[in-house]
Amino acid sequence: MSLIKNHKRIVMADHPAVRDLERRHFLRQGLSLGALTLLTGCDVTDSDAVDGVLRGISRWNDRVQAWLFHPNKLAPTFAESEIDHNFRFNAFYPESKAPVIDGASWRLRLDGKIADKRPWTLAQLNAMQQESQITRHVCVEGWSKIGKWGGVPLGRFLRQVGADTSAKYVGFTCADGYSSSMDMATALHPQTLMALTFADQTLPRKFGYPMKIRVPTKLGFKNPKFIVEISVRDDNPGGYWEDRGYNWFSGI
Amino acid sequence: MSHDQADGPTRLVTIHPLIVRLCHWGNAIAILLMIGSGWKIYNNAPLFGFTFPAGITLGGSPSPAWHRHGDIGYAGALLWHFAAMWLMFAASAGYLSYGLISGHFRKTLLPLSPKGVARDVADAITGRLDHRLGVRNQVQRLLYIAAIAGIVLMLLSGLAIWKPVQLQELTALFGGYDNAREIHFFGMCGLVLFLVVHLGLTALVPKVLPPMITGRGHVPLDVLEAEGGR
Repeated sequence: MSLIKNHKRIVMADHPAVRDLERRHFLRQGLSLGALTLLTGCDVTDSDAVDGVLRGISRWNDRVQAWLFHPNKLAPTFAESEIDHNFRFNAFYPESKAPVIDGASWRLRLDGKIADKRPWTLAQLNAMQQESQITRHVCVEGWSKIGKWGGVPLGRFLRQVGADTSAKYVGFTCADGYSSSMDMATALHPQTLMALTFADQTLPRKFGYPMKIRVPTKLGFKNPKFIVEISVRDDNPGGYWEDRGYNWFSGI
Repeated sequence: MSHDQADGPTRLVTIHPLIVRLCHWGNAIAILLMIGSGWKIYNNAPLFGFTFPAGITLGGSPSPAWHRHGDIGYAGALLWHFAAMWLMFAASAGYLSYGLISGHFRKTLLPLSPKGVARDVADAITGRLDHRLGVRNQVQRLLYIAAIAGIVLMLLSGLAIWKPVQLQELTALFGGYDNAREIHFFGMCGLVLFLVVHLGLTALVPKVLPPMITGRGHVPLDVLEAEGGR
């Protein structure tokens, strides 16, 4: 039920007029830096052009980060003793609104350039060989926490279902209205997991039950939860925060 | 031209070559953008028990964004930060390579000794410090070396927190992600302090400003001779 309510709320927030309004006010309202105005002698705040240039540079930064990314360089791993036990809930809504998903009836849909698109059950995923990692989750805000995740490497899964690994993007759709996407190189990275456990326990509701994507080579918001669909494609699917001006690649 | 009379005979010479001026103003703009957006980014996850007033930060708008869809609203600050990063990188790389290759650093930043700094501090306090164009006292030299080191530290610690996986060796050099973040913060404090002193001194001796724009200024002949003899 809360899932449906959430959807309603998100649909309203995503109304084109609201998004357009947000886009146009995105820089203007925050740009009260007098120094900049004085420096340039013009009011840079009153310009969608500035927004456009900044987003252009952000796309250039995507390319630089893809170039910096080593497909086999592993994120540092930590000891059990270094794990942060007060892990945070993160979403664009409060924790009480997190979707309640029934694992038995949950299905993972597959879409796009994948040979075998039959949906997967949680039991099937649990039956695959599992890996675990203790890595640092780095939030775009700057804080970070060390946690332990376990599950199926996404690359292994993609190969098993016959995904076209020469495609450019892998997109994720979530039960809470969230979405995200990543480059194929990162999707195939050995530490990119379809996480089914957190701290050696079944993934809790607040961290994305029944499955989240754990990608220790990207910022936290690139780790979507409550996954209901994975798609492989050549056009960039974008994502919730990515469409709101946050850098798409967001590699770390 | 009272200064010129006080300084004795002068000659109009190039004080700051074009490359130095371009790098100086490029860095000046980049640092303001980096600090303004950096304060905004800091505010979203403060390291310490305070935040910067929103009015002096750059990019994003927390409260309207929050009301619309819970966006913490600082995507704009991140866009500014990682755009200005390139300007800062270009200006610093240009300045450092020119300074090292052309001998500009050796000529303008050396010699430098604790004794020389102490002498010039004493001279400054007693009002006997040489403020003529073309003369760089040892306090200035120390300050500029610190500023250059500060910018390099900011670029490196910034890279360490931007890429703690791909550049994990660099991050480890800074003592890990959390330490690198604190170093990046304190480096910012150092640069802000430098800016205050730098702008303060420029306000006290305003004749140093035009040459940083036009490149040229009237330098006393005896200063030029002393330079040639070095």
